[in-house]
Amino acid sequence: MNMGIDFLILMKQEWAVIAILFILLFIKVGSKDRTNENILNLVNVLLLLNLIGGFFGYKDGMLFNEMFKTNHLIVMEKNILSLGTYIIALQSSSWLKNNKHVLEFYLLLLSTLLGMFFMISAGNLLMFFLGLELSSIPLAALSNFDLEKRKSSEAAFKFIISSAFSSGLLLLGISLIYGTTGSLNFSAISEHLHGGPLQIFAFILLISGFAFKISAVPFHLWTADVYEGSPVTVTSYFSVISKGSVLFVFLTVLYTVFKPYGVTWNNILFVLSVLTMIIGNLFAIRQNNLKRFLAFSSVAQIGFILIGITGATQAGSASVVYFVLIYSFSNLGAFGVISLVSALTGKENIEDYKAFYKTNPMLSWVLAVSLFSLAGIPPTAGFFGKFFLLMAGAGHGNYILVTIAALNMVVSLYYYLNIVKAIFMDSNENPIKKLMIPASPKLALIICSTGIVLTGVIGYVYDYIYSMSIGF
Amino acid sequence: MSHYSYIVFIPLFPLFSFLILGLFGRKYIKIYSGTIGVVSLLISALLSVYTAYQYFFIFGKANGVFQHIIAVKYVWLQFSPGVSIDMGILLDPISVMMIVIVSFISLMVHIFSLGYMRGEERFATYYAFLSLFTFSMLGLVLSSNIFQIYMFWELVGISSFLLIGYFFESPSAVAASKKAFIVTRFADLGFLIGILILAFYSRTLDFGSLIEKFTSVQSPEFIQITSATFLGVSMLTWGLVLVFIGGAGKSAMFPLHIWLPDAMEGPTPVSALIHAATMVVAGVFLVARLFPVFSIDLTALQIVAWVGSFSALFAAVIACTQTDIKRVLAFSTISQIGFMMFSLGVSKYGGENGLGFTGSMFHLFTHAFFKSLLFLGAGAVIHFAHSNEIKDLGGLRKLMPVTHICFLIACLAISGIPPFSGFFSKEDILLAAFHSNKLIYGIALLTSALTAFYMFRLYYSIFWNKKISIHETPHGEATVSMKLPLIILSACTVLAGFAPISSWVTSDGAPLKSHLDISFSALPVLMGATGIFLATYLYKTQNSRPQTIASVLGSLYRGTYKKFYIDEVYLFITKKIIFNGIGRPAAWIDKNIVDGFMNLLANTTAKISALIKGIQSGKVQNYTLYFFGGIVGLALLFIYVFK
Repeated sequence: MNMGIDFLILMKQEWAVIAILFILLFIKVGSKDRTNENILNLVNVLLLLNLIGGFFGYKDGMLFNEMFKTNHLIVMEKNILSLGTYIIALQSSSWLKNNKHVLEFYLLLLSTLLGMFFMISAGNLLMFFLGLELSSIPLAALSNFDLEKRKSSEAAFKFIISSAFSSGLLLLGISLIYGTTGSLNFSAISEHLHGGPLQIFAFILLISGFAFKISAVPFHLWTADVYEGSPVTVTSYFSVISKGSVLFVFLTVLYTVFKPYGVTWNNILFVLSVLTMIIGNLFAIRQNNLKRFLAFSSVAQIGFILIGITGATQAGSASVVYFVLIYSFSNLGAFGVISLVSALTGKENIEDYKAFYKTNPMLSWVLAVSLFSLAGIPPTAGFFGKFFLLMAGAGHGNYILVTIAALNMVVSLYYYLNIVKAIFMDSNENPIKKLMIPASPKLALIICSTGIVLTGVIGYVYDYIYSMSIGF
Repeated sequence: MSHYSYIVFIPLFPLFSFLILGLFGRKYIKIYSGTIGVVSLLISALLSVYTAYQYFFIFGKANGVFQHIIAVKYVWLQFSPGVSIDMGILLDPISVMMIVIVSFISLMVHIFSLGYMRGEERFATYYAFLSLFTFSMLGLVLSSNIFQIYMFWELVGISSFLLIGYFFESPSAVAASKKAFIVTRFADLGFLIGILILAFYSRTLDFGSLIEKFTSVQSPEFIQITSATFLGVSMLTWGLVLVFIGGAGKSAMFPLHIWLPDAMEGPTPVSALIHAATMVVAGVFLVARLFPVFSIDLTALQIVAWVGSFSALFAAVIACTQTDIKRVLAFSTISQIGFMMFSLGVSKYGGENGLGFTGSMFHLFTHAFFKSLLFLGAGAVIHFAHSNEIKDLGGLRKLMPVTHICFLIACLAISGIPPFSGFFSKEDILLAAFHSNKLIYGIALLTSALTAFYMFRLYYSIFWNKKISIHETPHGEATVSMKLPLIILSACTVLAGFAPISSWVTSDGAPLKSHLDISFSALPVLMGATGIFLATYLYKTQNSRPQTIASVLGSLYRGTYKKFYIDEVYLFITKKIIFNGIGRPAAWIDKNIVDGFMNLLANTTAKISALIKGIQSGKVQNYTLYFFGGIVGLALLFIYVFK
């Protein structure tokens, strides 16, 4: 086997991101007379190329003594993340149009993406940790990107502190696992799992690291403050891309490395899932700020995803990947509208959206469809996503969990519809004025709403994901 | 198989109409939107009738038994353990009957609305929603598997939500649509879990194979689902009861009926279509669809029977005390659907014992005609008089002769007076109840009398009772487009009873010999007549028309004392006993306990939410504390407790 070629092909997505990073760096140090508009267009084109390139040249394999591994599923997971990043880049253009640090924004954003790619491909706990850190530290900088706002700095500060705390405990877990199994390689670890108390404790520490990143209760408390303080685009990046990537790794780690602990983690996820759904919903009900609201509702969504993971079958893993794809469309659709409105008018509260339909019917429909999808109302894709998650959970016999989930779906319906009601039915003397939608955010919204409609209805998408998912 | 494929177009035409009107209606083709809706529905209705003709007379039968035919099948999602989701069309007697009812009534409502909704600003939107509803309902009844039916079930719910809230400027309409949506969603939750249970144990979503697996006692799936228990009840019962809860929500059975009276906030033709003839019988249809399985599980069937009969009586009692004509009709609908439900509940599978099933479907058929006629008639009255309160109405029979006669025919039909259609269908139901459960039979008889009473109370209050001078009226009775459906539906109401439903729609597909037992029919007819007589006496003669009363019912007025006395008795019975003793408590239970429970859920959620908001303090050190607490909690739990 030709090591050189493998080296290029297996890591093609990482190479692509690195190439874009270097192009942007050269622009940064080079000429100074480029307008923001040109840069934004260039970045969008590059990210589109990156996304398209991801669909070619699939190959399974390992590199660097199993440090780095890739297969069809991993390539697709990375494609989902690339797609999400592309949508976010399109959406952020109206916000960044007049920002003089536009290049830095994309440098930071792509660095986190690179970190996530390495994390997903990790075949070794050390590699995983490095990827995780590479993805979190630039994120803290990103959440501080509204330099003149105090809340933004506060968000960054809170995130970096909580993140450091979580990383510390995660590292403790990793070192305890190393101590008890004698290896950091995923394939070697699973052979040495014996179920001693120390090992289980280490395992719980590891899970808490994941739970922190996907903001499962009770490790979620940073979420609301950070989401509220960060610029909307960064918040959507947090809630979709960052969470999605960690979920992918979580899934792989539980299904392959910690397969012998199947019963234990199933119970742990049961507890986390119930807590997450209930607490997330209860908090979401009372929020007035839309960003904060979406933060908590996305906490509740994580609870549903955990149910899919407890399925512990091929259907379980397929349903999770499928849901993350749908969730990206739905959440980015909702965030897309909110970020546009926030960038153009500065309004972020639910009251501001009263009678939004009168002035901006198109945006209202996109927001409504996204919220319907998040609430899981058929025939939007969100319904299919939740359906498969619950099917996976029910397939494992977790009826109690599925019942609690179904009850929570009703509760969540209430607050999602509440916003729809404000948009369509409430009257407002001073509604948001009619907004002109620039081309690239419009493209992003079209992609999202098309995705919401088609991903569910076209059965092939799920079949395709299922065909390459990992079994248990 | 290809010669059935035209059936696909029955639901597709309304869908096209919805898409065209929804996309272009408001801006480009507003004036034609009514025509587009009517024409597409006309094609659908003709195709449905043709299908019914083909099915019942040409290809439906094999060896004297009507077959389940999968007319169209398309594999839609193929997913894990051998389970696939199909989109298909299932033809059997009930689905064929239902497509005829749905497309026909919908056509009538489309035509009626041309006049009723004329001049509305969102005329095209109205027709778009109406078409969407018709599409969903047709899809629902033709569904060949559980998943498909659930999808359409939800779509029907959404279109109903949109139509109830059509007058969205009025806060009560918005509240009503929200209530309807949330209550039915709550019930649908049961439906969803029920489906998951049934699908999990049968490993199929297809109606045909699911029924086959659960009706053969030796099949491994049947043994598995009956031996698995939860809280001491078998999973089969759980599954069926949960599915029934979904059905009861849509069909407004007690205690999930609270949304239906409020749903009358929607335009009246919508009430005729959705909340009288089609959507609300979806629950009955669902139980009928799974009837072979229900008939095996006696517990579930008993629940169906008792919920049905209680709702029938409960709603009839409440209907006697209502003053809004649409609300009277709404409670009457609940009561009649209760009839259909308990008729299924007392039925058994196959042969003579399946009379209840046939009776239920027969009643569904006749009820669709006379109840939509009643609603459209009420619509015409409201359109004419601009009020739906009984006290504002009266004496309209000369001003609205066509509506008057049509309304009278419908009232006679619902009261079960021969030879109108309601008589025949109610007869089958009562006979089935008589042979199965005497108590339910008694309830049904009492309800029949009450039905006749409140319907004629309504009839007299609208068309008699007061005298209105002709010169006061600003406009004519109604447009032709409104009268025509009334006349057509009246003809159907008269004739529907003679349709040989019992030889077509039976529990096992084999024709059932219908028989009319005069001695048995006497009592129900007598009860109905008593109700009518009582209403006639009390409401026709009540006030302000002394000359007519003297000439027509002179003998009853011979002694004022006697009249006074009977009036007092009536007052005592209605106001003191029925109203205070039963109606008020029933309304109180309705308002405080049933509604209260829903409110309690909402309030508790909000309270808990307020209680725990302190956790989200904004202090990072607290967050890390909780983080650490989480780890310690999990560690304690999984190292010591679950070890």
